[in-house]
Amino acid sequence: MTNLLEARNVSLAFGGLKVTNDVSFKLAAGDRVALIGPNGAGKTTLVNLITGDLAPTAGHFFMGDDDITSVSIPERVQRGLVRTFQTTRLFANLTVADNVALAVMQRKGISKRFFSSSTELPEVRAEWREILGNLGLDRLAYRKVIELAYGQQRLIELAIGLALRPKVLLLDEPAAGVPHDEAPKILDAINALPADIAVLMIEHDMDLVFKFAKRVLVLSAGRLIFEGSPKDVTADHEVRRAYLGSYADARRVD
Amino acid sequence: MRLALSILTDAVAYGMALFIISIGLSIMMGLMRVVNLAHGAFAMIGGYLASYAIRDLHVHYSVAILLAVVGTILVSIPFELLLYRRIYRKSDPLIQVLMTIGITFLIIGVMNFIFGPSLKTIALPPLLSGPLDIGFRSIPTHRLFVIACGLVTALALWLLIEKTEFGIKLRASVDHSGMADALGIRTEIIYAATFALAIGLGAFGGVVGAEILPIEPFYALRYMVTFLVVVSVGGAGSIMGALSASMLLGLADTTGKYLAPEFGEFFFYLTVIFIVFLFPHGLFGRSHA
Amino acid sequence: MTDTVSHVPRRTIPFAQEAGGALAIAALGAVGYFLFPDDLAFLTRLIGISFLVLSLDLVTGFCGIATLGHAAQFGVAAYAAGIACVRGVTDPLALLGIGIFAGTLMGLISGALIARFRGLPQLVLSIAVGQLVAALANKLQWLTGGSDGLSGISPGKVFGIYNFDMYSRTAYLFSLAVLIVVFVALTRFVRSPFGLMCRAIKDDDLRAKMIGVAVYPRLVIMYGVSGAVAGVGGALTAMSTGVVGLDSVAFERSAEVLVMLVLGGAGHLWGALAGTVIFMIFEHIVAAANPFHWMTLVGVLLIGIVVFAPRGLIEPVLSLFARFRKGRAS
Repeated sequence: MTNLLEARNVSLAFGGLKVTNDVSFKLAAGDRVALIGPNGAGKTTLVNLITGDLAPTAGHFFMGDDDITSVSIPERVQRGLVRTFQTTRLFANLTVADNVALAVMQRKGISKRFFSSSTELPEVRAEWREILGNLGLDRLAYRKVIELAYGQQRLIELAIGLALRPKVLLLDEPAAGVPHDEAPKILDAINALPADIAVLMIEHDMDLVFKFAKRVLVLSAGRLIFEGSPKDVTADHEVRRAYLGSYADARRVD
Repeated sequence: MRLALSILTDAVAYGMALFIISIGLSIMMGLMRVVNLAHGAFAMIGGYLASYAIRDLHVHYSVAILLAVVGTILVSIPFELLLYRRIYRKSDPLIQVLMTIGITFLIIGVMNFIFGPSLKTIALPPLLSGPLDIGFRSIPTHRLFVIACGLVTALALWLLIEKTEFGIKLRASVDHSGMADALGIRTEIIYAATFALAIGLGAFGGVVGAEILPIEPFYALRYMVTFLVVVSVGGAGSIMGALSASMLLGLADTTGKYLAPEFGEFFFYLTVIFIVFLFPHGLFGRSHA
Repeated sequence: MTDTVSHVPRRTIPFAQEAGGALAIAALGAVGYFLFPDDLAFLTRLIGISFLVLSLDLVTGFCGIATLGHAAQFGVAAYAAGIACVRGVTDPLALLGIGIFAGTLMGLISGALIARFRGLPQLVLSIAVGQLVAALANKLQWLTGGSDGLSGISPGKVFGIYNFDMYSRTAYLFSLAVLIVVFVALTRFVRSPFGLMCRAIKDDDLRAKMIGVAVYPRLVIMYGVSGAVAGVGGALTAMSTGVVGLDSVAFERSAEVLVMLVLGGAGHLWGALAGTVIFMIFEHIVAAANPFHWMTLVGVLLIGIVVFAPRGLIEPVLSLFARFRKGRAS
């Protein structure tokens, strides 16, 4: 079975400093993987490497059998590699509907049309209505994004990601900064993701990690120091050393 | 051979004049991230003040320079307080462009109102006028004066930025503005001082370069683009950058004007496009996040 | 803040907005025609410039590209139409086509260079490209007339019937008609998927890449469209004034149209028209009296806009409009 995404010995060095150090992992269909690690470990850097924002100084990325290491950012997205941002990056002056519709149209290849009114194309409209409806956001469709609460904006990030029908979805701290009462909505949305896609999630919230992940990758100082099930993470010696007790409420397995 | 030397002296003098005026803009753009299209207008004010001082107040050339520099800085203060502070470090260059074009137009209109539309010459003292014999050739003394001024300016600035406390604070504010604030460096004062420095340099350049860049109301508009281009090509905030860009562009323009005058500024701008494409942040610039 | 649907933009009548726009322009045009029959030459020039301002709006207002070299598209098209006319092509529609072609080509070239970067390098490149074209127009004297300009442009009859008369009636009505057609097309265009995507790119181009959009080619294409619109204006101006001079490619022209656009308000198309009308009329009155006072006035105006109304003068008008429509919908 070919992997949806594979990283092989990826490194990123700035001068002598290796920000990402010989990282290898595989994501297969249906994977639910959490990427955790202390602050500054290089998690977002790794995601930026995967998406193409940064170019590795060594190593390769593959989607299926294709080497995507030198493929451009937009092209990777077109191949099904989608990410959401840690600090919300939406088209601030456009409406919620526009934001999602753009992703739909881009995917369908109709975003280059000069005529016909954008968001009101029937097939586009049906799709974004459905996506927003599933996330409970359809009442906000015609509001400008900057007018919305932060938690709602995070959900729209997710909506855009879904509209692109990814094969691999990279979630960069999807619940970050979201008030505690809104976090369950995000988790529900994540759990409702299509079963056949691979999801890699960066998170600090260990509760979320345990509820979501089937596999955990631990990054420390740019190196992958652990790969395994959530149960085994907290028991691992190296992981404990890396975090050094900063997980006071982590579940202990005795 | 004679032609080459002529081109060279003119190019270097022109380049130096550009440098003295543009280095102020470069520092301002490097620190406050302001695309100040009005910089030429302030240089022009310097030229006007010097011309007035010599013609009507009958002072010596050196005094005129001093008056011009101080006078221009004084004139610029209200602009800095009321207008420039609003656009420092704004990420959208369009607003800065519009504001500073507005300031330029305003200054042109007012200068014309006060001094009239004719070209203003700045009478050179006998020491600087006429040719200087350097052995195998005669070169206009004034050209050498401009070149000397340029070199002195470059050296003085280098000393200021690398060796003085002000310079250290300046560099800190450029590289790490947030950190500088946290360390108690009063950035508004640094900005204001830098602004004054930039304007003063511009005025100085406007006066000494007046033989090469003649003072008349449309000076501000005519060279608006030139100074901006020099700074962009060299890289904002870099003395080396401003120097090399001024020399390079001075050479390109002067050579073009000597050898193919009908082409006008074609080669100048062709060089600019070429360099910007290869070095978008200038020859010695760094990209700012 | 209640989470209700605040505004459903479903159009009950298709093309209602476009028809409204066309009618508004036609009405204004009629006012000009009947109230100022002696100033039709000036008004025709005004319409010609408005095409350039509209074209600038496309790249600046809708794509967020800062440019001070936009006159190049206009000037190149004006020269192309003028040169063609002087050499025998006299059908106004053919000349219009030539202008569009030349403008589009110049637009694509400009876009290829300018859209490559953001921020300061972009601005400098735009200036450099504009100045390069200006220098070239000066150099190619045998073609463009150099600093003397190209004169003797006498186009034939519009549709074979209407002659370009001395009072500029034909020129005015022809330009007005073309403006209506182009404006309607642009209104449609900016609401198309392509137009929406460009606005998204303006908001956040990295985000656009992250939904799979190749940003650079899009911007170049938009520049081409912008060039086409500018080309229309250039050709019309050449035809109606009968001359093309270096002022049509000058830096001053590029700066001027940017001022007009910002005055009216970028990103709304209507702002471009409003800004053009206000600026040109003021210029017509004040600059004739004293060009330097005009400069001072424009300077103060620009400073005023940046400080008090950075989104342009039409913004309050449009938001009033929008609130009115929202009130109607609920």
